[in-house]
Amino acid sequence: MSTGSHSDIAAQFGARIRAATAAGTPLRLRGGGTKDWYGQALQGEVFDTSAYAGIVAYEPTELVITARCGTPLAEIEALLAQHHQMLAFEPPRHGAASTIGGVVASALSGPRRASAGAVRDFVLGAVLMDGHGEALRFGGQVMKNVAGYDVSRLLAGSLGTLGLILEVSLKVLPVPVCEASLRFEMSEIDALRRLNEWAGQPLPISASCWRQGVLSLRLSGAEAAVVAAQRKLGGVPLADAAAFWASLRDQTHGYFDGGSLWRLSVPPAASAIILGGEQLIDWGGAQRWLKADTVDAEQAAAIRRTVAAAGGHATLFRGADKDVGVFHPLAPAVARINQRLKQAFDPAGIFNPGRMYG
Amino acid sequence: MNTATPERAVLADIAARRAQVAAALQQVLPERAILSAPEDTRPYECDGLAAYRQLPMIVVLPDSEAQIVAVLKVCRELNVPIVPRGAGTGLSGGAMPIADGVVLSTARLNRIVRMDAYSRSAVVQPGVRNLAISEAAAQHGLYYAPDPSSQIACTIGGNVAENSGGVHCLKYGLTVHNVLRVRMVTIDGDVVELGGEALDAPGLDLLSVFIGSEGMLGIVTEVTVKLVPKPATARVIMASFDEVVAGCHAVAALIAAGIIPAGLEMMDRTSSRMVEPFVQAGYDTEAAAILLCEADGTIEEVEEEIARMTAVLNTAGASAIAVSQTEAERLKFWSGRKNAFPAAGRISPDYYCMDGTIPRKRLGQVLEGIAQMETKYGLRCANVFHAGDGNLHPLILFNANIPDEFERAEAFGAEILALCVEVGGTITGEHGVGIEKINSMCVQFAPAELEAFFSVKRAFDPAGLLNPDKAIPTLNRCAEFGKMRVSGGMLPFSHLPRF
Repeated sequence: MSTGSHSDIAAQFGARIRAATAAGTPLRLRGGGTKDWYGQALQGEVFDTSAYAGIVAYEPTELVITARCGTPLAEIEALLAQHHQMLAFEPPRHGAASTIGGVVASALSGPRRASAGAVRDFVLGAVLMDGHGEALRFGGQVMKNVAGYDVSRLLAGSLGTLGLILEVSLKVLPVPVCEASLRFEMSEIDALRRLNEWAGQPLPISASCWRQGVLSLRLSGAEAAVVAAQRKLGGVPLADAAAFWASLRDQTHGYFDGGSLWRLSVPPAASAIILGGEQLIDWGGAQRWLKADTVDAEQAAAIRRTVAAAGGHATLFRGADKDVGVFHPLAPAVARINQRLKQAFDPAGIFNPGRMYG
Repeated sequence: MNTATPERAVLADIAARRAQVAAALQQVLPERAILSAPEDTRPYECDGLAAYRQLPMIVVLPDSEAQIVAVLKVCRELNVPIVPRGAGTGLSGGAMPIADGVVLSTARLNRIVRMDAYSRSAVVQPGVRNLAISEAAAQHGLYYAPDPSSQIACTIGGNVAENSGGVHCLKYGLTVHNVLRVRMVTIDGDVVELGGEALDAPGLDLLSVFIGSEGMLGIVTEVTVKLVPKPATARVIMASFDEVVAGCHAVAALIAAGIIPAGLEMMDRTSSRMVEPFVQAGYDTEAAAILLCEADGTIEEVEEEIARMTAVLNTAGASAIAVSQTEAERLKFWSGRKNAFPAAGRISPDYYCMDGTIPRKRLGQVLEGIAQMETKYGLRCANVFHAGDGNLHPLILFNANIPDEFERAEAFGAEILALCVEVGGTITGEHGVGIEKINSMCVQFAPAELEAFFSVKRAFDPAGLLNPDKAIPTLNRCAEFGKMRVSGGMLPFSHLPRF
């Protein structure tokens, strides 16, 4: 790609997209390529967005950052850290090349999600390049904005299937003044019960993780609140807490090694979900990871039935055999609306075809 | 003369149409759920934006999801537009009826279906009032966070339609951040679940786009809301500033210090002088601006935060600072801000409330622009401001009985909104576009973006029958509006470069 101003790059993107729409050429949108393994199998010509990079605006006192899609997540986080701010949804860093466009398109959130919110909760605005190569601006750079449908939040988790997310504006938050982490030995059933009870009390819990009889808890907030909560909750201090929460966030923790991995998204109050394979529970009970050695259609159907009965849905997060379907099947009326939206923004079906649903 | 005027012809057509549609609705609804006589439908002719009125052809009051499905099928079959309505407290005319349309009121679906303290959620029907949810949750130490000023009357269905906020939304979020699931019926009669009781749902995030869609994508029949623990205590600081811009810098300094107040509101002198005689909140009526800054949480946490906030506000040049010492005093400090609108109604026969949001750093420029417009339009304006999130509510004071004052107020308002867009903001922070700001949408969005909104609408409502002609202007309308502006003499902000 030739170097040039950002508007030149955007113009080149537009020309390529228009040509692809005219010819029906599938495009595989790619930022840092750190999440190529996520979603259904990839198809189409690689469309590298990394050249369209750079922070467009950052106003710490407005709590908003705007960046082009190819901006490395690491660059954004480093700048925010200088101002004691953060992306509160703690996007997993699946690799150094991870870009903000990919963060929004995949909408994966980290341990703070249950208390702070998900990627979509922090999206304030976006510029989307649709199948006509037209740059469309939705939302904005302000906290409150109800002009027009909230298309920018719709892009969070769209996996690039609606178009190329050129630019995003995200709400940022101050880094908590004080953090402390605790460790408790308890069974899965007790941990789920305590997490739900605690969540109903004014406690500054910002992350939780249960695995193999150990519940780890992170507290964040004003020093007085953290100290008071520690006194109330008991437990023992968690060793190497920062490294532990980072390993959970980035999935570098040993639990995530090898095999296939299911992500079970369930109501936090759902009781223990009985399925073969080791589980790790975070988000206060709302996200349960399940390891599986192999995945076949019958097992996948059984997992999906069990999780749906608990009020949730199951994603084959990482796994060799994607023929069983990565994402949970949609209800027919919901699927119809999904398809019509795809058709509206990408009439020729060129953007990441089949990455979400076939 | 016997010849019918064109208006009469339209009326005769509507009478015939009313009879036809009412007969079809009678097949699926009990008699008491259908209103068609003008004396019965009159109360539905407007919402909170009373300047815009239209008598509906028919009003239906279903009391179950099955009845809503049936109504939609009838309307789809007969091609009748539908205007959904909650409590009718909206401020942008989103529930203004259509002459040949049906108003669908969700008022009779007013049951709290389930209150679940353990999972911190409540399942409610759309006609449940916002405050009623918090009242029912209070026994569990929980509440529903979004608190629009109309929360005593407004319903959750309307909150979903408007993505309502409130004075605490900087810290606790808008409706979109506090609703887990919406069950709704499409124009085709499909019952669709968006979101769920898990924290996310498969597929595109349809819940996000549905919330704030102003009743144009589907009719809500049930909502699951998130409940959060009630903070143990709250205290508020009242700080005075000699200049409005200094107050704004103080807000920036609070945020820079890493503080997210539970509430952060500013009022200019016109506003504090307007409310003080009305509620005796103890406001400093000499100050150019008053800032209300609230901390909530545990007693220790609030004490720590109030101390940090006070230090920042002092450094930022506050000329006076008072901290509420009791709950009664806290409520007294808030009473002035919460009564700004009624106070405006007390000193002026009419007022027109605007709702732009701007990047906070542009406040000085916007207030200066508004001051110039006061002279230009010969009308006064009081400014109250959700300072934390940049949402400005200029209250334009006017008297509708004086010829042309309403038109001047409208033009004044539209110019404020255009200025909000110019500085990088938006024409509506929380009241919605409705019918009121539909022309201003042409200022904020380009034709291709408006076309994208229409395609989103078609994805949910291919027939285009749900609240048509609201929120999203057609390109023709924008063209006419543009022409109108030019023929009015001058483009707004002709001194600014256009590109």
